[in-house]
Order: sequence, then C-alpha cells, then structure tokens
Amino acid sequence: MTDQYDAIIVGAGHNGLVCSALLARAGKRVLVLEANEQVGGAAITREFADGYSVSACAHLLYQLQPAVRKDLKLSPRLACEDMTTIALGENGKHLRIEDKRIEGVNKEDADHYREFRKRMTRFADLLRKFLNKPPPRLGTKEFKDLATLAQLGLDLRMLGKDEMRAFLRLIGMNIYDEVTERFENPLLRGAISLDAVLGTHLGPRSPNTIMTYLYRQAGDHGRNGIPAGGMGSVSNELAHVARSEGATIRTGIPVKRIIVENGRVTGVETETGDRFDSFTVISNADPKRTIMDLVGVKHVETGFTRRIHNLRAKGNAAKLHLALDGLPKFAGLSKKDLAERIVIAPDENYVERAFNPAKYGESSPAPVVELTFPSLRDETMAPTGKHVMSAVVQYAPYDLKGGWTDDAKAAFEKVVIDTIARYAPDIASRVTASELLTPVDIEREFHISGGHWHHAELTLDQFMFVRPVSSSAQYSMPLEGLYLCGAGTHPGGGVSGAAGRNAAKTILGREAAA
Amino acid sequence: MSKQAPVHQGRLKTPFYSRLEKLDFVNEWHQWKGYSSADSLYCSDTEYFAIRNATAVFDLTPMTKYRISGPDALDYLNRLVTRDMAKIKPGRVAYAVWCDDQGQVIDDGTIFHLREGEYRLCSQERHFAWLQAAAIGFDVSITHETDNIAALAVQGPTSFSTLNNMGFEGLADLKPFGLMHVDFQGSELMISRTGFTGDLGYELWIDPDKAEALWDALFEAGKLYGIRAIGTDALELSRIEAGFLAAYMEFLPADETVRTGRSRSPLELGLEWLVDFKKPNFNGRRALAEEKRKGSTWRLVKLDIEGNKTAHHSYIFGQEKTNKPAIGFITSAAWSPVCKQNIALGTVRAPRGMPGDTVWVEIYYQREMHWNRHMAKATVVDKPFWFPPRRGATPPGPF
Repeated sequence: MTDQYDAIIVGAGHNGLVCSALLARAGKRVLVLEANEQVGGAAITREFADGYSVSACAHLLYQLQPAVRKDLKLSPRLACEDMTTIALGENGKHLRIEDKRIEGVNKEDADHYREFRKRMTRFADLLRKFLNKPPPRLGTKEFKDLATLAQLGLDLRMLGKDEMRAFLRLIGMNIYDEVTERFENPLLRGAISLDAVLGTHLGPRSPNTIMTYLYRQAGDHGRNGIPAGGMGSVSNELAHVARSEGATIRTGIPVKRIIVENGRVTGVETETGDRFDSFTVISNADPKRTIMDLVGVKHVETGFTRRIHNLRAKGNAAKLHLALDGLPKFAGLSKKDLAERIVIAPDENYVERAFNPAKYGESSPAPVVELTFPSLRDETMAPTGKHVMSAVVQYAPYDLKGGWTDDAKAAFEKVVIDTIARYAPDIASRVTASELLTPVDIEREFHISGGHWHHAELTLDQFMFVRPVSSSAQYSMPLEGLYLCGAGTHPGGGVSGAAGRNAAKTILGREAAA
Repeated sequence: MSKQAPVHQGRLKTPFYSRLEKLDFVNEWHQWKGYSSADSLYCSDTEYFAIRNATAVFDLTPMTKYRISGPDALDYLNRLVTRDMAKIKPGRVAYAVWCDDQGQVIDDGTIFHLREGEYRLCSQERHFAWLQAAAIGFDVSITHETDNIAALAVQGPTSFSTLNNMGFEGLADLKPFGLMHVDFQGSELMISRTGFTGDLGYELWIDPDKAEALWDALFEAGKLYGIRAIGTDALELSRIEAGFLAAYMEFLPADETVRTGRSRSPLELGLEWLVDFKKPNFNGRRALAEEKRKGSTWRLVKLDIEGNKTAHHSYIFGQEKTNKPAIGFITSAAWSPVCKQNIALGTVRAPRGMPGDTVWVEIYYQREMHWNRHMAKATVVDKPFWFPPRRGATPPGPF
C-alpha cells in the first residue's frame, strides 16, 4: 500500500499536532502517524488504576504559547487557571506563593520578591519573543536571518542599557546565586530553585538555571493551570483542530523507519510494512531517535552524527501517581489548599543535595517533589469520594546504577512516599494503587530517548541557534526533505506548541521562497 | 636518595633502525609521528638518483595505519571517503580523500582491500578520533596498527628485478594498485604495487619481528641492482615530480584549521576524479555538490617555470607587471633533475590556473649575500611532471 502526501509527521505529540494543523491549513495534504493508541505523546490523560485517571507525563499547563493559542484559536477548558504554589515547611508553617504576592515571609522578602518577579516577567516576555520564531542562522548573509538577528538585538536593547546588561549577566547564571543573594526565607529560595530545575538534569547551582527558570515563565508568566479532563484534553483539542483543517491523523501505527532514497527522504515505512510516500517528513520524535534509529546514520554525515550522538538528553524527573481512598491530612493545610500546587523543596541546598547523587547514577534519598491532587479540581479523574495524586519527583536519573529494576522502583517509591509523609503522615495508609514512571518508563511509553522532558537538555550550549545541534537549528536536518518539530528543537519542551508552530512556519516559508 | 625512575624512550625507533643506523653517515633525522625518520643517510642527491635509476628503499613504518573490518566496513568507508569503494575489490588499493561535513579535506591516503571486507587505511596524519566518530552507528572495528606493522617502500626502475630476485611468485603479474600476500620465512608478507615516487615501485608490509630479516634479504637481492636506502629529502623531491599532494604542504587538514578559507576541498585540489556524486551520501557530499554548482574558490596548479631558480614560498601573479594582488602562492617547489625542469605545485584563485594558462611567479634568491628578485614566466601543466611508462607496465620490464 502506498499513498502520496505533501507532508508526513512522525508522532502526534502536541508539537506534531500543532505543526500538522498549520500545514493542513496552508492546503497541504498532511498525514500524522502516531505509535500509541492516543494522540498527544507525553501530553495525555490515561487510567493508571481502576477508575483513577491522571495526566500521564506533563500534568500542569503553564507554557502553552499565546501565539499558538491565537493561531489555532485554541481555548483549552481549564479546571483551574492559576494555582497558588504552597511551599511546605516544618510544623505547618508553609509559604503561599503567587505571581505577585507572597504570604508567610517578612516584609523585606516580600518586597524583594515583587521586584524579582517584575524583572523576571520582563525578561520572560523578551525570551518569549525569541521562543516563538525560528532562530536565525549565524554566519549567513541571507536577509531573513540577518533581519531576525537584528530584531533579537533590538528587542534586547529595548530593555534599556541597565536591564539589557542584567539580562545578559543573568541568562548564563545559576538560580542558587540569585535566590541566596535576594531572599532570606529558605522555603522561598527552595521553591524558586525547584521551578528552575524541574524536568532537567540540573541542580540550582548548575549554570544557566536562571534561563531555565525564565523558560518556564515564558508561556503564561508562570501561571500553572490544570486542564479539565487532564492534559489529554489539550491534545484532543489540538487533534480536533488539525482534523478540521484537513489533516489525517492515524494512531496505533508505529513508524519503523524514514525512507531515504538517492540521498533524500521519500516517505516512511511502518512496523507492519506499510509505506507512505512524501518528499517531506517531519519528525516529532526526539533528534537521537529520529537520526540514529528512524533515518540511520548511513544517510547523514559524520560531523552531524557525532553532534547528535553527543546530545545530552538523559531525563532525571520521575512521575508518581497515587490512587487514594481519601485525602491525606497535611499539617497546616485545609482540603481547599490541597487543590493548589504543593512543593517539597525546603531550601536551595536541599534541592542541590537531592541532585548530587544523580550525578553519579543514584536516585535522591531526599527528593524534591511537585505534587497536585487533580481530582480536587476535576471530579472525573477519580471515583466519587476518592482522589488521585500526581507528582513530579526529582531526581531519578535515567541511567541509574544497577538499572531501574522492580526493586529499585519500589525502593524509590517508598522514599518519595516517606518524603511526603513528613508533612502528611497518613498518606501511605490512603494509597490503594500506585504507578511510578522513571525516565526509563517515560522512554518506553512515550518513545523519548532518555526519557527527558525536553528531548534534549535545556542548556545554553543546546539552545537557540544550536538546538538540537549546530547547523540544524532551523528545523531542517542536513538531509533533503527531513525536518524536526519536537521538543528537541528550538525552543524546547513543555506543552508549549512553539516548536511545532515554528517548524510549520519554516517549512511553509521555505516553500514560498523556492 | 631515591632510585630514579626509568625515563621512557622519547623518540621511537622503527624495526629497521638497526640497519639504517649502519648506513647513516650524516646523522640528519627528524621526528615523524613519534618515530625517528632520516632526512638523508649520506647524500640526498645520490639517494634521489637511486629512486630514478636503481632501487631506493625507504622506511615508511611511521606512516599511520588503521585496520578497518566488520560487516559494515564497506558502507562505513563509502560514507567516509568521496570515491566509490564498492569498485575496489579484494586485492586492490585505492587512493582516496576524506572530508568533513563542509566538504573540506581532512587527509588523503590509500585504502588497501586486504581480504573480503577487511581494509587497511594509510595516511600521513593520525585520524583515530575522526574514524571513531564516523563509526557511530556502524558495525565496524577500527584498530590503530601503525606500530604492529613494519613497512618499506621499494621504488625505482630496478625495484621489480630486485624483488623478483627474492623469488616471489606472481610478482610479474601484480598490476599498479594491486596487492598480494606471499610467504617470507614463515611470516606473511604483503606486497603492494604502490608508492609515493611516481615511478615503478612496491611497498612491503610485514610483522616487525621479521623486519630485519626482510631488510637483509632485500639488500642481498638488490646488490646488483644498485639498491640504496634513502631518507625523506629524496622522497620529497620525487613526490613533487610525480605531482602528489602532501598534507601541510598542498592542504591543511580541515580539523587543524582555525580560520575559514584555509582548508581546501577535493575539487580545489584537482581531485574531482575521486569524488563520486553518484553515491547518495558521503561526508561532504552536500557541500561539494553546492561548490560544484557555485564554483570553487581555489585551484591547485602544477607549474613549469622558466629559469632555474627554485620558486620556494613564492607569490603567483596574473601578469608580469601588475598592481593587482597575487592570485595565489607556491606550496611545493623544486628543480627536477630527471625532467630538467623548474617545477612547482601551487594554489591559485579559481577560475585562474587552467591548463595552458600563463602565470608569473615572483622568485627571490640570494647570491653572495645580496637578494635578487625576478618575475618568472610559468605555464600551468595538466599532467604529472614525471610519469614514465614503466610505472604502468605489467609485467614491468627487467633492468
């Protein structure tokens, strides 16, 4: 069976869906092939225990780019738009952190926090401009690249001299130095540190963790939302938009390889041996999987292969899902409070210490946790009167010494539950079922090499002009007809849609120019 | 006082050192990839004439050698080098060039197809890191075997007679760029009809343990054929006459350059015949296809220069009297005794330097302390300066 398409997209992750919708709208005949039964990639909702559902990987919506919402006229139904972050402290003395105000700290910290947020918001707005356009290529003389570069420079300069300097100084710095310089309250320092390192293989003292903090703010100013029906509903809406634009989306069809003939891409072959033809194949899969597995290094050059091979892309965030027969009792928190975003990161050193063992292939004995009880916001997630907990837990390195065996997983799960039990002693007695997804499980379930949120570590040497690697930053790979549109490309991961949108714009722009 | 630790040998000696040492009168040595290598052993002119008139023996053990084998060896090499390696059958040797992703030459060398699926790659420079990077995703093994093989170049018009005198069966049928395996005192000796002199010649490859025995047998067999050991000075002159390229002379390995524009593509080195665009992919293909479309920046030229003043380090100009900047420069130059010609290799800005073109070379020379300058007329030639019929003849004639 063969069929000719204008573009085939490998993988119906949210970026693939955004890309397919925009291409289909431009009149392209688009086919999206998804290996899993559901669309959405790592942005799905699924049952993990009888009657209990959860957003299986990404669980909070904070990064969906306004440009993507606008272009696709998206209006995700939210069960909650802006959660307060509660930083758990000893003896029920917690902090309540919102965008502009904070409860539980002295006046100085409160003032500093306002200042800090003001500056970070300004910088995040600037970064957002960068994130929503393809990065210019450096060293070319093409007008478009030069114009984009000039615009970036101008945007930067428009911050004003002092703030531009501050931006350039801060972007490569670590969050640890910034929070210890600014704030007295350890819980505040810890909570901000956690925001900077979530989903990365970085600790608060790692370089450029201010950039990763800004990256998180660059969607919705750091507002954390919970989609009604879980993250899968966002993907379903995207798939609905893509289909109504005319894209064909087929699930349960794993692509075995991207076909290369006479030095160019000509289509894809599925695991079942079916062939679909197209001179444009756009991979929503991560760069390593795309180049090393789907294309094969035989078809690309050595320097490029080496860069892709050396891409740092090992995940360090695990996901823990608990089915609970009732809400656990947290000292100092009401039932209403449990509907907010709760973080365990008592101070910046705690976060760094949690990261330390991960450098040597060991999981954290005292992990940092971001936990939510989505069933409090959305009753469809659990049977009546019961609840689910969805938590991001760090650090759980992809290449754990000895591997993620059942014993290792059980031991780490116990560590996490014990960590939560320091604040909610009855939690263990409430658990009726559980699921721990380590980066290895994330790799297996969502087909992401290394199980990394961002497909490739979010660091300055893998950012903007050099993401995923130099000489391939504009979504186009050094193989005719092959493009990437996933988190491994500029700007990176998170349910943002920016990479998919940028990729579609690049592909359509090239066609217009040709 | 504590006992002093033994000092590790600083410069390596090849397995032929004991023999070379006895023939050495001038003590002129340099370092070649960690080994001592002789510039000259008694007189480089005499050594040169051994190459052109008799049998010259050169110790090429320090030449870099890699063994490449495994199920993907052919696919691997085909992506590595620009030419089509599928055409190189077992028992054949290929001159090849390899590039980075930008189509810039990393090095040139020879690839020996030893046996089905088993290759040896030889080059002047070391490239293990690049070869390893190129192996990512391929089922191949790459072994650095420079130190495990002793090698000699046996070159010159009587080289066939010398080796034939050693009784190697089938040698007469060995064609240029062919290789064969024979027995030498119970060890396997590989003989290839290859060389760096542009003359009739062979290269011998053997286990280092048998190196001295091979040397002795060779010199015994060559007694009546004027056999002589030579150093690199004589070899260098013959290589320029043959029009062969040398790394760091005609090109800089691309991974060693810092400034853009200081490396060269195969097209700029006159090696387009080695670039097979029919292959769907190889390192540098995209860039080279683009260069072919747009035109190259540089062109390698072979120059026949008037007069007898060697054009070392000279600028090349388009006219004799001109205010315009130089169009290029000389990379290797020599007075060729065998051709009776003042010859040079150079690099000029394309599209200048087509065969038959006239260019001007600015030569400075010193006479009794005082410097003189003159503009020498030079003609761009197409063919190697030295290409005797015996180089290609099979069987080679006896002398």
